[in-house]
Amino acid sequence: MNLFRFFSKTQSAPAARERLQVLLAHERASAGGSDLVAKLKDEILRVISRHMQIDQDKVSVKMERGEQVSTLAVDVEIPFNAAKAAAGRKKAA
Amino acid sequence: MGKVIVVTSGKGGVGKTTSSAALGAALAQNGEKVVVVDFDVGLRNLDLVMGAERRVVYDLVNVIQGEAKLPQALIRDKRVETLYLLPASQTRDKDNLTPEGVEKVIAALKKAFDWVICDSPAGIERGATLAMRHADIAIVVTNPEVSSVRDSDRIIGLLDSKTLKAENGERMEKHLLLTRYDPARAERGDMLKVDDVLEILSIPLLGIIPESMDVLRASNLGSPVTLADEGSAPSRAYFDAVRRLKGEALPVTVPGERRSFFGKLFGRKAA
Ligand SMILES: Nc1ncnc2c1ncn2[C@@H]1O[C@H](COP(=O)(O)OP(=O)(O)O)[C@@H](O)[C@H]1O
Ligand SMILES: [Mg+2]
Repeated sequence: MNLFRFFSKTQSAPAARERLQVLLAHERASAGGSDLVAKLKDEILRVISRHMQIDQDKVSVKMERGEQVSTLAVDVEIPFNAAKAAAGRKKAA
Repeated sequence: MGKVIVVTSGKGGVGKTTSSAALGAALAQNGEKVVVVDFDVGLRNLDLVMGAERRVVYDLVNVIQGEAKLPQALIRDKRVETLYLLPASQTRDKDNLTPEGVEKVIAALKKAFDWVICDSPAGIERGATLAMRHADIAIVVTNPEVSSVRDSDRIIGLLDSKTLKAENGERMEKHLLLTRYDPARAERGDMLKVDDVLEILSIPLLGIIPESMDVLRASNLGSPVTLADEGSAPSRAYFDAVRRLKGEALPVTVPGERRSFFGKLFGRKAA
């Protein structure tokens, strides 16, 4: 590494520390079985599959585990027929 | 059909994960469609090195067990759009990797990608043998140090016996990637020489990656070194390695020396 590059770079250790803190906070939580985001994901998918047959290919789950907030995006394509069938079932019940 | 590469070594801590990320990113930076697959079930780290650790939803074991479809488990890199990661499971153990499951996943990946790079766990057990099983090309990562060279020799033996290629009587293409090469220590004579390692292992040299702070910085930032700093010495070495992988006859230069290896090495008995 030449001197110019050496001085032009900011320290990377703080970034490493921050990334690890966030990651480990989530991992330690999930070791006790309480990763909230992961739990939500599982439950949301279970609820949806109670009402309609989920086509696995049409489900996309994205997570971003953050320090203050995590985001969970569950994208489910609901075909018109499945929606109709679910409505029909409810009426019959 | 894509090519399957296994990045392997026997010994841990030699630079397999670093190299899987760097080579995968370098290929993708050249426009190739690449997926890097973490086979280190229980001790995943490729997600960290690639900066995707907060985005892991499903993993290789979920796909093998039918709990998720392959596209759902693939994580697309935020910087290079043709680069994908298939993470390993952190919570389950290696027994969840079944030979049939791995075969299916690799077959599907080969159809969708130009390159499938399998980051092998250390050791010679199930995880390592499954990672190499379907490989077309093996990259043997070695440090210029006695125990690493010995373990690489052992791995080369496994590549020539335990892989599908070997069982079908075909030749496994093997390349040596010498990593963590320290020119200062080489100068002092405290490190095995490149020629010595090559003579012992007698497989062609893909590249020499210098020991460098840039690698550490990149992993701190969660970026393959070729993306974090394209012009750094290790990045240039990885970019050159990728050109050789693609068949270009590019001489290998020893970091800190003007000498370069050519002809001699590629002319050596290509094992
Ligand atoms: N060329 C290099 N220069 C400096 N450090 C390196 C280099 N290659 C790897 N390392 C460091 O060595 C350690 C082990 O590397 P890693 O890629 O995880 O090895 P493996 O996957 O073989 O166990 C990591 O801390 C990594 O940052
Ligand atoms: Mg590793």
